[in-house]
Amino acid sequence: MENHFPIQRILDENGNIVSPEYKGKLTEKLVQEFYKQMTRIRIFDRKAISLQRQGRIGTYAPFEGQEASQVGTAAALEPNDWMFPTYRDHGAAMTFGHSLRNILLFWNGRNEGCIPPDGKKIFPPGIPIATQIPHAAGAAFAERKKGTANAAIAYFGDGATSEGDFHEGLNFASVFKAPVVFFNQNNQYAISVPIHKQMNSKTIAQKALAYDMPGVRIDGNDIFIVYFETLKALERARNGEGPTLIEAVTWRYGAHTTADDPSKYRDQAESINRRQETDPILRLERWMKNEGIYNEKWMQAAEEEASAEIDQAVAEMENFPPADPAAIFDHVFAEPTWQIQQQKEEYLKQIGGGK
Amino acid sequence: MKTAVGTKTLTLVQAITDALDTMLEKREEVLLLGEDIGKNGGVFRATDGLQAKFGENRVIDTPLSEAGFVGAGIGMAVNGFLPVIEIQFLGFIYPAYEQIMTHASRLRMRTMGHFTVPLVIRAPYGAGVRAPEIHCDSTESIFTHMPGIKVVCPASPYDAKGLLIAAIEDPDPVLFLEPMRCYRSMKEEVPEGKYTVEIGKGKKIMEGDDVTVITWGAMVPEAMKAAKMMEEKGIHCDVIDLRTLFPIDKDIIAESVQKTGRTVIVHEAHATGGVGNDVLAIINDTSFLYQKAPVERVTGFDAPVPYFGFEDHYLPTPKRIQHSIEKVMKF
Repeated sequence: MENHFPIQRILDENGNIVSPEYKGKLTEKLVQEFYKQMTRIRIFDRKAISLQRQGRIGTYAPFEGQEASQVGTAAALEPNDWMFPTYRDHGAAMTFGHSLRNILLFWNGRNEGCIPPDGKKIFPPGIPIATQIPHAAGAAFAERKKGTANAAIAYFGDGATSEGDFHEGLNFASVFKAPVVFFNQNNQYAISVPIHKQMNSKTIAQKALAYDMPGVRIDGNDIFIVYFETLKALERARNGEGPTLIEAVTWRYGAHTTADDPSKYRDQAESINRRQETDPILRLERWMKNEGIYNEKWMQAAEEEASAEIDQAVAEMENFPPADPAAIFDHVFAEPTWQIQQQKEEYLKQIGGGK
Repeated sequence: MKTAVGTKTLTLVQAITDALDTMLEKREEVLLLGEDIGKNGGVFRATDGLQAKFGENRVIDTPLSEAGFVGAGIGMAVNGFLPVIEIQFLGFIYPAYEQIMTHASRLRMRTMGHFTVPLVIRAPYGAGVRAPEIHCDSTESIFTHMPGIKVVCPASPYDAKGLLIAAIEDPDPVLFLEPMRCYRSMKEEVPEGKYTVEIGKGKKIMEGDDVTVITWGAMVPEAMKAAKMMEEKGIHCDVIDLRTLFPIDKDIIAESVQKTGRTVIVHEAHATGGVGNDVLAIINDTSFLYQKAPVERVTGFDAPVPYFGFEDHYLPTPKRIQHSIEKVMKF
């Protein structure tokens, strides 16, 4: 099966283009945007881990190592498309225009963090594995029924492809030709379980065969292939040709969450090697050097800009008004039922306040 | 109803078809999703003729995947549609439990009202029709325990149509339970066109001063049989059909039990964790000092719903209900 689904790439580890037909499409503007966003989300990710270590946010799920997959996909979306991320895809959500303050609020236990900016169709992070996949199929099906050209993208990991909701969602989308891209980040571990214990299938892309939809296996650390394959899948979707499954092979350097210790289940030397060999940002830098467009000054400025933006978001998160207990009761139904109304009144009276 | 409209004599299942027909006509966002609901019109014919009338775009046969099409229904509801999903039997809803519990019921809360799920899930439920195994569950309390979803259970054609239309127009998810035992057991005059029955309101179906009998769904006719037999013995029952199981109409319960001081709750579901216990809590909270006897519950047993050879023993009968009425009277 690996032969049927070879890992496709445009850029190799050394920063060389291996698919020359893409050369003309790699404009400086596009590449700079990729670099800027990948750097931005990596700084955010490291900052968030540090905030968690200091007790300034709750448990956090890092994505470092998966930047190319997240930025490349989000950059391919149109503003009116739908995004269904998991808890490890806020890099994609940030790139697509989610509020950094709200993403931090989410990790600090606030429902306000699940609210996307106006007009941004970003679902709250999927927590139970694979359950967002049918939502994406349904939202995409709805777009098709409305006759728009909008599409949806659903993110999920390798472990999610063992869940029933993955198969039910793909089947539903393929039957109704829903305009949706199923984007798998195969980081090769579902918390502690390596992929060879997760499935007997040699690839995830091959699972598309069962639903008669295109299955593509790509290097998830090559932002060029991620971007162009996502664009291609979105175009198919918009043209009414139905869903696509993309398997982006990647690696998370760190822990599953800040509550996890990966050294318990894998040799972290692998992560150290991968940082040097296959890192998505380093790879882009190598290409920029090869192309003679490497500009340290510009890069430094991009990093400083991202750090300032993130610091500002942290300040906004920390200055956010404390949780209003009334909010527990106010969003269960459009109109509170008598039970909720009564519980709210009694509780607010007990704590001596209200709104 | 402000203006006089015509009526039709319909069974409960026909009233459901009529409600769906009415809403498919009135609101273009309404869509039906489910297994065998198209050409076949549903295994109980609740959607009979609707695909022919409204097309495959609006009456959609789905693959066999409860989690998949409830999940997709959530995505469609969030994206501007009003999906009405048929689960073939309540006993087959469990694969979709996660989608209902973790998404449909709490998306509004998770996003503080940014994303909402105006979804209706219809499910025939209950025993007593000699149906195969697992087709007879009455597990409404799994869903009344879930914050963020309403649970409705009509017992008459008029209520079925009015409540289903109200459920479709409700901005939040509604589980709509249909007592399959009542699907064709009675006919009633049902207004043509659109009308609603308010979700959250019970209905007094018999007036009496001695004992309150509280029930819903397929147990309504059984409770009425018992109440009529008691009438002959000079005991007069106040019989309440709750119609909505969440949020329960506490006022109709309090008004009645304060008058009678004696209560029998009847439900087909298992006793432990059943909705009857919530009714008991309402009596306790609103009317404790009015009680002249401990409240009696007549329910299904805490055993899995048995295969139909045993179901007559499992289901509450008018005889068991009469026994409990006599017990609270003699206390």
